[in-house]
Amino acid sequence: MAMLDVVGPVMIGPSSSHTLGAVRIGRFVNELIDGIPDIVTFYLCGSFATTYKGHGTDRALVGGILGMKDDDENIRNSIRIAESLGLDFKFDIFENDEIHPNTVRIECQKNGIIHDIWGSSIGGGAIEIFKINGVECSLDGKTPVIFIVNRDIPGALSRILSKLDINVANLYLKRLNKLKLTAAAIIELDKSPENRILKELGDLDVVLEMYYIPQIF
Amino acid sequence: MLFKDLKNLVKETHLPLHEVILSYEMLESAEDPETLKNSLSSLLRAILEISERVYGKTFKTLTGLTGNNASKLSKNDHGLLSEFMRCAVITALSMSENNASMGKIVACPTAGACGIVPGVFYALKKIKGFDFDTLLKGFIVSGGIGEIIASKATISGAVGGCQAEIGTAAAMASAGLTYCLGGNIEAVEAAASISLKSLMGLVCDPVGGFVEVPCVKRNGTAVTVAITSSEIALSGIKSVIPFDEVVDAMKKVGKSLPETLKETALGGVAVTPTAKKILKRILGKLT
Ligand code: SF4
Repeated sequence: MAMLDVVGPVMIGPSSSHTLGAVRIGRFVNELIDGIPDIVTFYLCGSFATTYKGHGTDRALVGGILGMKDDDENIRNSIRIAESLGLDFKFDIFENDEIHPNTVRIECQKNGIIHDIWGSSIGGGAIEIFKINGVECSLDGKTPVIFIVNRDIPGALSRILSKLDINVANLYLKRLNKLKLTAAAIIELDKSPENRILKELGDLDVVLEMYYIPQIF
Repeated sequence: MLFKDLKNLVKETHLPLHEVILSYEMLESAEDPETLKNSLSSLLRAILEISERVYGKTFKTLTGLTGNNASKLSKNDHGLLSEFMRCAVITALSMSENNASMGKIVACPTAGACGIVPGVFYALKKIKGFDFDTLLKGFIVSGGIGEIIASKATISGAVGGCQAEIGTAAAMASAGLTYCLGGNIEAVEAAASISLKSLMGLVCDPVGGFVEVPCVKRNGTAVTVAITSSEIALSGIKSVIPFDEVVDAMKKVGKSLPETLKETALGGVAVTPTAKKILKRILGKLT
């Protein structure tokens, strides 16, 4: 345990697991879709579902999805701000005993594309993003991540990976649609790639969609 | 990190305790001492700035169960506390209520216990006029104490009860305060030990699971434990039990506490008839 895990961070109260972790999960989604969604539903589970208002988890999630930082004092007013920006958002709850008690599933839509992200706030502000658009993963928000939907043809993945000149920390793969021949890859990187690399990746003919999520805290 | 190791290092190197802590941290986590010092310095700056801004204010907290404690106390004085202690208590209450109203805070060691360390450092600045550099040295010592507890035991109420949050915060505050006032390493150890011993066994029983009752007032009273322990230690009184052993004992106590007393809101004041009545009233509005 390092000293900076004991003192700090500067954050918005009242609780690192119910507020800080929630801001971070929300911000992960904001980074993934590169901005504020048009429509979003937050499905809350476990203690998120039962105590979200008393802990401000709702404001934290909305603040995060608006792109607010961990210590942004406007998190408190995020609901009002979201309304004034015309964000169409709602909260719902669900039950699932098998996942971490502080879990949120964020389903959002931007420019007609739907995204579905699952994340848990696992204590002390730490988070785990464990599913993105059906692809299972385990991301902590502390490393840059690329999410790619690619054509599921031989050699596609190696072409994608060979573009990267950075060490890949983790790789998560899933075939999405056998008929349409699409697959998805979540690539967790050791450090942030240069913009040029990202552009080249996006330009590959096997890459159908690409999202880059920088380190979020 | 063990306190014993810090003591030996101070003896061997003749370096001041805060420098020993920074170098030790470099060995343990490969953190460059200058970088770490800069991070700690900006955290302390944030603590002092926020304390100044929220001192004695009224807050609109999430559940409404707290929010006017700091302002009430700041308007009423019955002469029971020294000027220094009063300032520390008001700061602790303010910071804690600020936390409960979604204000900006510095987790120290957690959000629930975020008022105690600011209480002593802001009082040192405001009442005793200490300069930032001296405060920073004390803050590093606070951080070292917190880290010893975190690595040997826990700083989470859900794992070890409130003694792990509020108890740790008091030990950190007390050690930093003692160091700022010129206490040697024995005095620092005594102050931290006495604080942690005084709060040992404290259960985590937040009403409804929300960080307001009893958390806010506990920040206010625990800072007085920290200050009293510091005064005791500075007068040369030793802790019979060494700090490392007190931490081990706290860890064991935390393990033997039932789950109902570890943040589940199923025990302690959280299940009193009044708490249940209040919850019925506010839960409709909250979920
Ligand atoms: S009672 Fe529990 S939630 Fe409240 S300050 Fe103590 S440990 Fe934190």
